[in-house]
Amino acid sequence: MSVSNLLENWSKFRHTHPVDDKGHPDWEAYPSDIKWAMSIDLDACTGCNACSVACYAENNLPVVGKEKYSHGQAMHWMRIERYWDESAGVGEFDADKGARFLPMMCQQCEAAPCETVCPVGATNHTEDGLNSQIYNRCIGSRYCSANCPYKVRYFNWYNYPEQEKVWPEPLNQQLNPDLTVRTKGVMEKCTFCKQRTYTARNNAKTEGRPVQDSDVQTACQEACPVGAITFGNLFNPESQVAKQWKSQQVELTKEVQDKDEKEGNRLRGYRILEELRPYPSVMYLERVRESAV
Amino acid sequence: MGKDIREDIAWAQINKDVLKSLESPRKLYWVILLVAIAMVGVAVGCEIYQYNVGLGVGNFDNPNVWGLYIATFIFWIGMSHSGTLLSAILHLMHADWRKPIYRFAEAMTTFSLMTAGLFVMVHLGRLWQVYYALPYPSERWVWPNFQSPLLWDAMAIFTYLSSSVLFLYIGSIPDLAICRDNIHQGWRKKLYSILALGWEGTDRQWRNFRITYLTVACFLIPLAVSVHSIVASDFAMSQQPGWHVTSFPPYFVAGALYSGCAAIITLFIILRYVFRFEEYMTLPILKKTVRLTFAIAMVWTYLNCIEFAATWYSHDEAAKAVLIEKATGRFAPFFWGMIFCGSVVPFALMVKKWQTSIPVMFAVSLLLNLGMWLERWMIVAPTFSHGYYPWTWDEHMWPSMVQWGIVFGSFGWFTLLFMVFCKVVPSVSMYEVKEMVYHRSLAKKKEEQAVKEELAAKGAN
Repeated sequence: MSVSNLLENWSKFRHTHPVDDKGHPDWEAYPSDIKWAMSIDLDACTGCNACSVACYAENNLPVVGKEKYSHGQAMHWMRIERYWDESAGVGEFDADKGARFLPMMCQQCEAAPCETVCPVGATNHTEDGLNSQIYNRCIGSRYCSANCPYKVRYFNWYNYPEQEKVWPEPLNQQLNPDLTVRTKGVMEKCTFCKQRTYTARNNAKTEGRPVQDSDVQTACQEACPVGAITFGNLFNPESQVAKQWKSQQVELTKEVQDKDEKEGNRLRGYRILEELRPYPSVMYLERVRESAV
Repeated sequence: MGKDIREDIAWAQINKDVLKSLESPRKLYWVILLVAIAMVGVAVGCEIYQYNVGLGVGNFDNPNVWGLYIATFIFWIGMSHSGTLLSAILHLMHADWRKPIYRFAEAMTTFSLMTAGLFVMVHLGRLWQVYYALPYPSERWVWPNFQSPLLWDAMAIFTYLSSSVLFLYIGSIPDLAICRDNIHQGWRKKLYSILALGWEGTDRQWRNFRITYLTVACFLIPLAVSVHSIVASDFAMSQQPGWHVTSFPPYFVAGALYSGCAAIITLFIILRYVFRFEEYMTLPILKKTVRLTFAIAMVWTYLNCIEFAATWYSHDEAAKAVLIEKATGRFAPFFWGMIFCGSVVPFALMVKKWQTSIPVMFAVSLLLNLGMWLERWMIVAPTFSHGYYPWTWDEHMWPSMVQWGIVFGSFGWFTLLFMVFCKVVPSVSMYEVKEMVYHRSLAKKKEEQAVKEELAAKGAN
């Protein structure tokens, strides 16, 4: 690196925070025609955990074992949260009354709290609207996880591939070659199956056409037996996810959704912890049916 | 109150007394040193284990990603502030009672900053990549993220540490020259000769020295305030309930001065005994330090009340839940322990008889610092275990012995550095004590003169 390099103006390569000065995500800062987004229908979700298992297989997640799991050190990028129904009074829960499930993964916030706090810039916003995580750059300060309201970032407390031997021969043969395994001391999280979306984008580019819904499915979406998960390009008005967001009157750049009053009662779409203004990219569809017992 | 220093100590006697501390301390000195080394051994063992196996051995989990390390890091940063208060702020305010004790307070600043720096390293998941956080030119043209409060933190601490070392060194030059002139053989002679930078005590040297010292003192004061404000920003700039508090920067600075003053009392008592400094570190000086500590304790208590009230009356339900969790949940004993040690115990400092009682003040100062450590822990831990997202609430994760071992050992590390320093560099500033004695003797002469004149005038009448 020479001195003249240092003196050049590199500011154009700097990451622009999506809500800089505007109060809401600014698409002009992103000359991109792709914004990956998701919608999850909680009415359809049965809590079967297939998405979680698929995620483990697709993203080379270490299975940490019973002891570490009970220590809260599980690496489930996609987790199914189970909530018992309230029975008689407030705060009384009864397993026999039924349960509700919520699949939770990185919400790929547009104004992500995790991005600004990383001291080394290991987590950044990509032009297709994801929070990237650069494993090689991460020094493990865990500030991103500290500032994440959803706590969906997972830290490698141990050296799982080598020291903990989570994939003993021949299990290592089933690792996904499209992405790495992570060593100890780095943070990781859901990437919306980046290895798949990039392949889809490249294929579409080669064929000279925009990305379509049929090009890519995330592992969780693919595995979901009831089709509760929809994934796609929010900027493409023809995509399933864009249609769902629109029909639910949920807008990415709105912090409070001003829903049509007439339709209001029938709408089920919401985003979790929206009031903190992270502008998450995952819309959940409220559940209307009775709880499963 | 008695005299804070006798005005008839001969200058040669001051040299002799202080230089003796470099050669023959009481036996207790060696006991302290050995205990400190053993404590460092514990920490080094824990760190080697953690480094090799991974941070998981410290018992961290998904919500509780920061443990005791960050809390103890804030504790050590905080402790450093009173050195600057005593040496720089009180220097500008011409409070000359600080003169016999500011040198060791400034050394405390430097060494507690060094200890805090170690905690940054211990905390990191990939310690071996710590240089990524430095803005160094690399062939990959990658810079650290200047938006991150953690980066501001690293820079603020680095600046503060380097300025404190400079300030400590500049202030000791005349004393190092005295050491050079009075110690006649061995490696020490060579060391002092180099460090004294050819100091001869000419008028020109003294003039330059005064100006330099004053300049660095002025430079250091805003740093002392900014460093802990920036440490507070680590929390205040985040979005988490219980951290996102506007009053955090002044609250942190007050807490820092508080724990620092308490530590000064502890070290005052230890040094006074170990190095036989009874003539210089006198009880009236202890009394003044104690009063200063009490004032800061009340400021801290007030800011604490502001924080609780602001949380309680705000409509931030999550922050309120964290506060309730702190006061009633698993952390309750530690939370109330903090309130007791930080806000109730300092009232012992008001009792006049206790202000100059060495055993009482020793115990109280230790309790105050325990309270301040608990305060830092109570800032960091409950927000993790009771954050925004109920599904991840986890009050049951407890720091393992590895974490406790490293925290324990850090006290040994600080003591080790500090004690070695006090044996190599005079921990009482000889030239400033001489000034103090000189001013006192002048004042006394003036007084006697006035009495004489009065008598003469009476006689004339």
